[in-house]
Amino acid sequence: MEQNHVAHTDHFDPVASKLGMWLFIFTEILLFGGLFIVYSVYRYKHPVEFHLAAEELDVTIGLINTVILLISSMTVAMSITALQLGNKKLTLILLGTTGLLALIFLVNKYFEWGAKIHHDIYPGSEFLLSLSKGDMLFFGLYFFMTGLHALHIIAGLALLGVAFFKVKNGSVNKDRISLLENGGLYWHLVDLIWIFLFPLFYLIH
Amino acid sequence: MSEHKNHISTYKSQIVVLFVLILLTVLTVTITSVHLGPFNTAAAMLIASVKATIVLLYFMHLKFDEKIYRFMVILVLAIYAVVIIITFFDYLYRP
Repeated sequence: MEQNHVAHTDHFDPVASKLGMWLFIFTEILLFGGLFIVYSVYRYKHPVEFHLAAEELDVTIGLINTVILLISSMTVAMSITALQLGNKKLTLILLGTTGLLALIFLVNKYFEWGAKIHHDIYPGSEFLLSLSKGDMLFFGLYFFMTGLHALHIIAGLALLGVAFFKVKNGSVNKDRISLLENGGLYWHLVDLIWIFLFPLFYLIH
Repeated sequence: MSEHKNHISTYKSQIVVLFVLILLTVLTVTITSVHLGPFNTAAAMLIASVKATIVLLYFMHLKFDEKIYRFMVILVLAIYAVVIIITFFDYLYRP
């Protein structure tokens, strides 16, 4: 309890706090940005293989996951609005919805990857090693980039989970919104990356 | 500065943004299902960039926040664009 009191009197700077979050987001953008360049160069060198390998991916499941992430981005943005308006209950409901959508995304990913692995398509599988270099590169990048993205979903889920409980116990509130706002920024970043992953892997025709 | 801090997005505007994003997603899928050769990828990337800009401006609040964030994002994207251009100058003109 005493610590809680101390936390309320210490220095609080929302502008700097958000600046820090953006700096972190830049490192994430450059991390994925590097991978996107690797993808572009290999696709430039193996256009036909990338084209054929992409036909293996399920556009429908990719589209469903895209829409799920877009909706979850909106619910997180709305939860911030709700907290700013002082509606704690709605904030918690919207954050819960976001978490639920994130879990549905991961379950979809599980089935998608499961089907690929069932068909002997996974990094290092004998089937994949028997294919051409371009196919190997495509599926290698597919598993690595969507996998890294899924890890970011899990991290975002954890961050929003912390925000959920801090909103619940009142340490994140109308006047101290930064943690939820930064969690939201992270979640939108995850959405942003998927906006580029989806057409690059699923929509090559 | 306090004026920026107090900006609260309305629920309605967020629903509109979501609607536009989903519409653009459907448009990408439709466009890429028509065979246009290399223009497919170009169109898909163009639409993805528009979607990303909408997310940055509205969901990530760059439109309403202090200008410093916007400035930093543009700077980082410019650096990234330079890296892409240099990489492709290398690969396109390799003997």
